[in-house]
Amino acid sequence: MDRPKIVRYEKPGKVENYPCGAIRVGTLVQDNAGWRILKPVIDHGKCVMCLRCFLLCPDGVIDKSGKILEIDYRFCKGCGICARECKVEAIEMVREGGDEDAG
Amino acid sequence: MADRLITSAKELSNSEYFYGHRACAGCGGSLALRLAMKVLGPRIFVAIPANCMSATSFLHPQVAFSVNCMISPFPATGAVLSGIEAGARALGLKDYHVVGFAGDGGTADIGIQALSGAIDRGDRVIYVCYDNEAYMNTGIQKSGLTPYGSKTTTTPAGKNFPGATGRKKDMFEIVAAHGIEYAATASIGYPEDYLRKVSKAALCQSTSYIHVLAPCSTGWGFPVEETVEIAREAVDCGLWYLAEYENDEFVLNKMPKEFTPLEDYLLKQARFRHLKERDMEHIVHGRDKKWEKILKNWK
Repeated sequence: MDRPKIVRYEKPGKVENYPCGAIRVGTLVQDNAGWRILKPVIDHGKCVMCLRCFLLCPDGVIDKSGKILEIDYRFCKGCGICARECKVEAIEMVREGGDEDAG
Repeated sequence: MADRLITSAKELSNSEYFYGHRACAGCGGSLALRLAMKVLGPRIFVAIPANCMSATSFLHPQVAFSVNCMISPFPATGAVLSGIEAGARALGLKDYHVVGFAGDGGTADIGIQALSGAIDRGDRVIYVCYDNEAYMNTGIQKSGLTPYGSKTTTTPAGKNFPGATGRKKDMFEIVAAHGIEYAATASIGYPEDYLRKVSKAALCQSTSYIHVLAPCSTGWGFPVEETVEIAREAVDCGLWYLAEYENDEFVLNKMPKEFTPLEDYLLKQARFRHLKERDMEHIVHGRDKKWEKILKNWK
């Protein structure tokens, strides 16, 4: 998985420690996983690596660097565009928390 | 840096330059930004005015952009782009792109004079307008690019009004009328076409403009997973078109053999669901007139 890391945020203790002017880009301190109700699961047996899901994910959470496509569940919001657009129906949206929470 | 035309996902890098933003699930605008930045590569300077993308990616201390990026004043995207370009040139930087991402309101209403100025100066900047057809960030108010019949909070639909009654500005043609080096319309429903157009803009020596249709599930009222599908249908039903302007000529990229039924596209969205028969006829009439003009004058 080749995706940005989440760093710990240190609260500035003093006023002079607050950022002024430019701040460091690409700083991630919190994930978006809690937004999700449904989670995409790729069936790698069916996947033909056409990269359509990688192309169309608004959050860019699908990683193509490995032999198989991997999803960064820290930042997936569960919108389901990948499952909808997959031409071979290799992605299934599964309810988070398993069946016991489904009711 | 894009030095050739990119037309497929395979040619894109795996690196993300817009990651961890807090846009709604299934946001079309964030997809438009993400793809454009992937094509242009890491050596870019980004300016964005007030829009969803700046509101959802600069939540201190979190910054979703991993490239140089700044929030410009709302009406000044074009001017800020020119300034960044002049600065980069003065520093003698090489292999970089300056790109701005403004929404439809930030382009067609508030930022139109700065954009016009930038095109007039001919600076080597790329201006991307992601069009979600209303001011979505502030809670869905009508913009100059809101189409006829669309329900927004400032144009509510009721007994006397079918929602917005104006027509969508032809922003692409307004920009083309400047004699710009390259302008194009795109839709995230046709991502390969969009990638090609962004990489083409990157090859330009002066200002280029891309107008990409990016549906907003919150403002348009459709299920989040259908964003790309809706963007595709907008083109298929003839309410949006894929075209380019270069060398003083308009070229149509996709000629639909037959339009898909307009009702299918409109009634999928909550903002159009109130439309009556006569409003639909009005929209069909507007579409046919537009296409008559396109087919007559464009290649």
